[in-house]
Amino acid sequence: MSNRTYELIYVLKPDAPETEVADLHKQVADIVERMGGTIDKSENAAPWGRRRLAYEIGHHKEGFYVLEVITGSAELMKEIDRRLKVTEGLLRHLIVRVDESSIKAERMRAKRTEESRRRRVARGLPPDRQPGEGPQGEDNDDSGDMMFDGGEMEA
Amino acid sequence: MPFGAPKRGGPGGARGKAAKDAKGGDKRRGGGFFRRRKVCKFCADKIDDINYKDVKLLSGFVPERGKVLPRRISGTCAKHQRGLRVAIVRARQLALLPYAAD
Repeated sequence: MSNRTYELIYVLKPDAPETEVADLHKQVADIVERMGGTIDKSENAAPWGRRRLAYEIGHHKEGFYVLEVITGSAELMKEIDRRLKVTEGLLRHLIVRVDESSIKAERMRAKRTEESRRRRVARGLPPDRQPGEGPQGEDNDDSGDMMFDGGEMEA
Repeated sequence: MPFGAPKRGGPGGARGKAAKDAKGGDKRRGGGFFRRRKVCKFCADKIDDINYKDVKLLSGFVPERGKVLPRRISGTCAKHQRGLRVAIVRARQLALLPYAAD
């Protein structure tokens, strides 16, 4: 089973004591460990932690956010999802797979630098930007032009 | 087809005329005022991964009412608008952004 990277965010009630936060984290960590995954990162400090909710959830105006980055199998995340669904005192949770989108973003970045190098060479410039060449190479500016429809739009 | 030619025959003849000089930054329209050409923020700033956790960025595309800002206003390209929508929907689930205000 291939390993995938997921992000898990859950929101606790704002009045949850520290022990409850630690307890839930331990529950998640136990499942991860039992099913052969790893927790890469766990954050409950700013910008997470105590935050204002955009809308009220069960008369709560604030929530305690925790972000965990987990590497593991799909079954593992399914189990966590199932457990969180039945957990009392949890306002929301969300699991998102992130490895594919980060790979995609990486590919886009690589493609863009390559394209910019190609254009620079075509104009007889060295492929990489030289220091003191101005704020932004013009060669980058028109790279996205094909994506706009460019026509006039009624506001 | 010249760059920026209207896809559908839009209302009014001024449309086709204005589209001819689309390469120039500002365009003159029938009324005689200038309008800046809108550029996709994500293309311009080279944001490849539109992240649902980046509330600061997303909130710029969610007006007061809580709806997603349409492409014709923001100038976001189709590809990035799609990603933006997914990010906003995720952020809403976590109460990072509102579904609807008031």
